[in-house]
Amino acid sequence: MQKSLHIDPAKCTGCLQCEMACSYENYGTFNTAKSRIKVFDFHHTGRKVPYTCTQCDEAWCMHACPVEAIKVDKSTGAKVVIDDVCVGCKVCTISCPFGTVNYVQDTGKVQKCDLCGGDPACADACPTGAITYVDADWTGLERMKQWAAKLDNAPKAG
Amino acid sequence: MTWAKKLLRVNLSKGTCTSEPLNMEWAKKYLGQRGLATKYFVSEVDPKVDPLSADNKLIFATGPLTGTMASTGGRYSVITKGPLTGAIACSNSGGYWGAELKMAGWDMIIFEGKSAKPVYLNIQNDKAELLDAADLWGKTTWVTEETLKKKHQDPLMRVSSIGRAGETGALFACVVNDLHRAAGRSGVGTVMGSKNLKAITVRGTIGVSGIKDPKAFMAATKAAKKVLADNAVTGQGLPKFGTQVLMNVINEIGAMPTRNHKDIQFEGAKDISAEAMHAPRKTDGKPNLVNNQACFGCTIACGRISKIDETHYTVVNKPEYWGASGGLEYEAAWALGSANGVNDLEALTYANFICNEDAFDPISFGATVGAVMELYEMGVLTKEQLGIEAPFGSAKALTFFAEQVARGEGFGKEIGMGSKRLTAKYGHPNLSMSVKGQEFPAYDGRGIQGMGLAYATSNRGACHLRGYTVASEVLGIPVKTDPLVTEGKAGLVKAFQDATAAFDSSGTCIFTTFAWTLQDLSPQLAAACEGDWSVENLGVVGERIWNMERQFNNAAGFTEKDDTLPERLLKEPAKTGPAKGLVSGLDKMLPEYYQLRGWDTGGKPTAETQARLGL
Repeated sequence: MQKSLHIDPAKCTGCLQCEMACSYENYGTFNTAKSRIKVFDFHHTGRKVPYTCTQCDEAWCMHACPVEAIKVDKSTGAKVVIDDVCVGCKVCTISCPFGTVNYVQDTGKVQKCDLCGGDPACADACPTGAITYVDADWTGLERMKQWAAKLDNAPKAG
Repeated sequence: MTWAKKLLRVNLSKGTCTSEPLNMEWAKKYLGQRGLATKYFVSEVDPKVDPLSADNKLIFATGPLTGTMASTGGRYSVITKGPLTGAIACSNSGGYWGAELKMAGWDMIIFEGKSAKPVYLNIQNDKAELLDAADLWGKTTWVTEETLKKKHQDPLMRVSSIGRAGETGALFACVVNDLHRAAGRSGVGTVMGSKNLKAITVRGTIGVSGIKDPKAFMAATKAAKKVLADNAVTGQGLPKFGTQVLMNVINEIGAMPTRNHKDIQFEGAKDISAEAMHAPRKTDGKPNLVNNQACFGCTIACGRISKIDETHYTVVNKPEYWGASGGLEYEAAWALGSANGVNDLEALTYANFICNEDAFDPISFGATVGAVMELYEMGVLTKEQLGIEAPFGSAKALTFFAEQVARGEGFGKEIGMGSKRLTAKYGHPNLSMSVKGQEFPAYDGRGIQGMGLAYATSNRGACHLRGYTVASEVLGIPVKTDPLVTEGKAGLVKAFQDATAAFDSSGTCIFTTFAWTLQDLSPQLAAACEGDWSVENLGVVGERIWNMERQFNNAAGFTEKDDTLPERLLKEPAKTGPAKGLVSGLDKMLPEYYQLRGWDTGGKPTAETQARLGL
C-alpha cells in the first residue's frame, strides 16, 4: 500500500521544522536552502503553505529527462533522482508544472522529494500535523470526516 | 559543535568587513548570544562610552542552538550600551533572520565606528559588503524589506532593519526583522540609527552542521519538543491565545498596571484580551485574530497575526494597513492599552502595527504615553503642546502619538525621549514608571512582589524578561509562591535571573521555560556542543553572565541607589484587588538579594564572588 504526503495549510505555523528535517535527512546539515519542501508565508493573508512534489503518476520530470535519471521507487511510488545518472541539464525543472524539481549548485544535480524511502522526515518533524503521510487512496479521508461530522441526522434531544 | 566558529567584524567608519575566528575559550565560558556577545562587548567597549557615539559598538549574536532543530532555535540578540538607560542593553528577537545569519556561517556580527552616510550590510554566506542606503533612509522597515528583496531579486533573503524612529533618535527604537519580530527594548535600534546603519540583509545556504553527537541531538530535541507539546501553557495556552492568555489572569490577581500605575486593575481588560481578539467584531463579523505564527524552529507558535477592521478610524482609506500583520502580544496590549486606560482593540492593533512598521518599543512608548496622559490630566501638559487632547482612555491620542513618534514629528520627539527624561523636563520625575530609565512592563510590583525586585535589579532596566517570577508567583511554575509576600523572593529572583541568562545565550526562546528547565536545555546543548553543559554548570554560566553585566553597569556609573522603584510603587498602596493596601516590599528583599548574589552593600560583586565565577 502506497502513501502520500498530505498537506493541510490551515495547520501550518511557519516554523520550518520540515525544511530543516528535509535538509538534515538528505545533506546532514540544518539548511533550509537545501530543503525539498518549502513553506510559503503569504504575509498579507496570514496563510502559511508548505509545498512539495506530489509524485505525479505520469511525471513530466521523468518523461522529460534525456538520460533517464528519474526512476520510480516501486515501494513508495516516489519519482527518485538517480544522482549518478543525472547530468544537471535542468530540463526536468522546466517540464515540472509545479516547480518542485530544482537544481542544486553545489552538486551540479537536480533534487526533488523522494519521500525519504517511505518515512518522510518532514512529516515526522511537523509539530502541528500540517504535514502527514497517509494512505495514497484516502488523502481525502480527514476532510470527508470533517464534513460528515456536520451531517447530524440524529433526533434532537428534548 | 554548532557554533559557526566565525564572527564578522564591520568597521563602519572605514567601511571594512573582516572575518575573525570565534574565541572558543570564551564560548565555553559564556555559551553564545547574550553571554558571549556581552563578553566581547565588555572587553572592547569603555563602560563610560556615550551610547550614541561612534565609540559604542553594536553586536548581533546567535547562540549555538540557533539554526538547528532544537525547538525555538531561531533566536538572536542585539547587544550594546543602551541610550535609554546608559546600561548594558541586550534585546532578543525571533523570526527567521537569526537562523539565516547562522546558516550563512556566522555566529555574530560586531559593528564598530560610524558610517559617514546611510549604508546597509549585505551578507551572502561568507561574502559581506556595505552598500549605499541613501534611498532607504526615511523609509519604514516594511518598505525597506520589500525594496531590498526587489533590488537583490532575492525573495528568500531575510532583512533586519530600523525604521524612521531609529533614524530620528527616539531613545526606545528597536530593530525589526521579518516585518514584525523585534529586538525591542533599551533603544538598540537608536544605536543602529546613530551609526547610519539602516539594515542587514542575509542569505545563507551553508547551513548548520558539526553537531557533536547527531543521534543524541535528534533524540534530545525530540524529547524536549514533547515536553513543550504536553505542557498546558506551551502546548495549548500560547498557541491558541498567545501571551495575551495573561491579560485576564493578571488583571484578576490585581497586578495589571493601569493609567500610569495609578490603578492596579483595568476595567477594560476584557475588551483587549485574547478572548476579545478571538471574538467576531460587531462591525464586520470577523475576529481581530487571523491565526498564529511560529518563529524559526518554534513548536509553540505564540505569535499573533491580526487584521484591523477596515472601517476603523485608524485605517479608513489606508489600504496599506488592511492586510494581516503582527498582532498584539500581552506586553503591547498592556502598554498601549491598560497603561493609558485605552480599551479600543483595533486602535491598539493599529498602534502595534505602527510600532513594527517604524521599529519602536511598544512598552516604553505606551508607558511614556501613560505619563503624558497623567501630566495632561494634571494640567502640566496642554492640548496646544501635545497637538491633541490626551486624557486617559483616549484611543485617538494614543494612535496620534504613535504616528508622531514613528515620524519623529511634533510632540512625538519628546515622547521619543522616554518617560524619565520627559517627566523630568516637565518637573514631575516621580511620574516616570521606570527603573534605570527603562519603563516597566505589564506586571505591578505591588501585586507580584517578586517582580518588584526583578525590575529593581534587572541589568537592562525594568524588564520582565530578565527574571520572570510571574511564572512561580502566578502560574505555579516550577512551584507556586504567594505573590503578595516578600519572603523567599530574593532567592527566587536570583534563580530566575541566572537560568534566564543561560537560556538567552543558547539560541532558544525564554518562553520555552513555561515548560522547560535547565534539565531540558542541558541535554540538547551537550549533544550539540563540546564543553560542560551540565545543569550545574549552566547555572554557573548564567550567574557569571549576570555578574558580568552587573560589573559593566557598575563601571558605567550605576550604584545600589539605582536598584530602586518609583515612589508610586514604594509609597502608594494598591487600591483594589488581592494586593489592596500593599506597597512593594523592596527594602525587605534587596539586602537579602545582595547577600545571595555575593555582592557587598554597594551592590558590587565581592572579590570572592568574582573568583568563584571566574570573572
